[in-house]
Amino acid sequence: MAQGFEGEVTQSAEPGRRRAKSSSAGSAGTVTRPGKRARPVLAWFLIPALALYAFVVLVPSARGAAFAFTDWDGLNPMRHFVGLANFRKMLEDEAARDALRQTLIIAVAITVVQNAVGLLLALGVHSRIKSRNVLRVLLFAPAVMTPVVTAALWKYILAPEGALNGLIAAIGPDSWQQNWLGDPTLALCSVVGIIIWQFAGYSMVIFLAGLQGIPQEVYEAASVDGASDWRRLRHIILPLLAPATTINLMLSIIGGLKLFDQVWVMTGGGPGTATETLSTLIYKNAFQFNEYAYSVALAIVLTVFVAVISGGQYRLLHRQGRAAR
Amino acid sequence: MNRYSLRTLAREIVMIAVTAVVAFPIYVLINLSLRDPRDGSSIIAPTTSPTLHNYAAAWREAGLAGAIVNSVVVTAVSVALIVIISAMAAYPLARVTARWSRWAFLLVMLGLLLPFQLALLPLYQTIRDLHLLGTLWSLVLFYSGLQVPFATFLYMGFLRVVPREYEEAALIDGAGPVQVFWRVVFPLLRPVTGTVVILNAIFIWNDFLTPFLYLSGSDQQTIPVAIFGFLGQFVSQWNLVFAGLVIAMLPILIVYFLMQRHIIKGFAGGLKG
Repeated sequence: MAQGFEGEVTQSAEPGRRRAKSSSAGSAGTVTRPGKRARPVLAWFLIPALALYAFVVLVPSARGAAFAFTDWDGLNPMRHFVGLANFRKMLEDEAARDALRQTLIIAVAITVVQNAVGLLLALGVHSRIKSRNVLRVLLFAPAVMTPVVTAALWKYILAPEGALNGLIAAIGPDSWQQNWLGDPTLALCSVVGIIIWQFAGYSMVIFLAGLQGIPQEVYEAASVDGASDWRRLRHIILPLLAPATTINLMLSIIGGLKLFDQVWVMTGGGPGTATETLSTLIYKNAFQFNEYAYSVALAIVLTVFVAVISGGQYRLLHRQGRAAR
Repeated sequence: MNRYSLRTLAREIVMIAVTAVVAFPIYVLINLSLRDPRDGSSIIAPTTSPTLHNYAAAWREAGLAGAIVNSVVVTAVSVALIVIISAMAAYPLARVTARWSRWAFLLVMLGLLLPFQLALLPLYQTIRDLHLLGTLWSLVLFYSGLQVPFATFLYMGFLRVVPREYEEAALIDGAGPVQVFWRVVFPLLRPVTGTVVILNAIFIWNDFLTPFLYLSGSDQQTIPVAIFGFLGQFVSQWNLVFAGLVIAMLPILIVYFLMQRHIIKGFAGGLKG
């Protein structure tokens, strides 16, 4: 169960290679066919995927990145090389600073809370409770729903006259009613809350697969030793869940940094710039403000953030995972 | 540990309560979609006289029939292409240790980091110059290229733990590499193919921005685009909008509930091996 995840793959790359060499040498001794003659043919298998990938991702990304050093507006055929002007502009652009700040807050909040909730849910449904199969299906259901649809639904629920305030009116004091998407601070919290609502089940399922891979004897040995629930979680379950944790953290960090659909439908980045993220700001600059070159410069910054944070996070956890084993 | 104790009961109650909170928005959605717009009773109270009137009106107004067909076509064709080209690409990447293979691997994985905004406008221009704007082909082309890194990554993770003995036996029996791949390796990849299909189908079905850009100005729509337009058009008629949202979600929810076991397993299985 713990096999096959990226961490293990990297580790097993070396022995795998050695095995490959010895086995091809062995077969070359008996038959002449496999081995070297098959190799160049295999390269052809890459062509369709590489061609499409280059056409859709690599070439346009490279062209896009090159525009970051020009003053192109996206429409006018005229453009000039302007060096790092777009990046300097970013330092003075308050909208960019706000978007960067909010993107980081959203990514960190989602990563921490969604995974904590996901882990608790996974522990909850990985137990002897009778309703566990039904609950799993229901808790995961939001993850398959269309973000545009769930965002529209939440926009209504969180409206001043919406269902949440209606519910609060029915059970609690009126002062608890809020303008959930209209107040700048609350709006950011609401966006984070909605993402967690939608994707906590996703984290749960990945943790659950990890939990199911822990042999029953491990739990039993721990209970015989009289370990408390907390110590069992901290010292036995969490270390064994390291591969699931790594993939969950990666997915939520990258998802949080690139967040677009839900923000776009629910708040459009507002009120003011309170929920603007790098993704929505990039979109606005490219398609509404005709600041195409600047938007691409922002996209480069986003790429660097995604690469550095997810890469650093991966290495850190990978090392910890190895140490635990 | 193995008994249904009092603690298990407490845990059961807490979990059911949490699930009820998670499901509450969906209850509101269905409840209001069944309600006559003139019914002024509390949003959270169950509707006393449910009607399907909103559904009929939403179906007429949102043009969802065409959007559903388009979404099905785009999703099915793109996923089939992704499976074929990514499984093929993963084979040499996982099996060949030559330097070109490692460089190709790094190149493909780079795609997991690049945000789509970087390529957005240059690709849009290329698609426009090829006169593919407004066609479903633009979407198929886009998704097939975009999803190569992720699908290849999943296939490689799986291939590395598939033993080589079968392939080697087939090679010794005189099969060529192409035959070996399609007759021996690809069938062995079935579990991870399931994961690749599920993850990509859900992503493509739900994606909004791509069809919003590439189909705008044409009469072609996919479901998220149709719903977005519908939202803007009937912004304050929530009963109507909610009926439209339910119709839009119904296909994916039906598939989900019918295949929940495979889908949940597929999500976790492919990601963890």
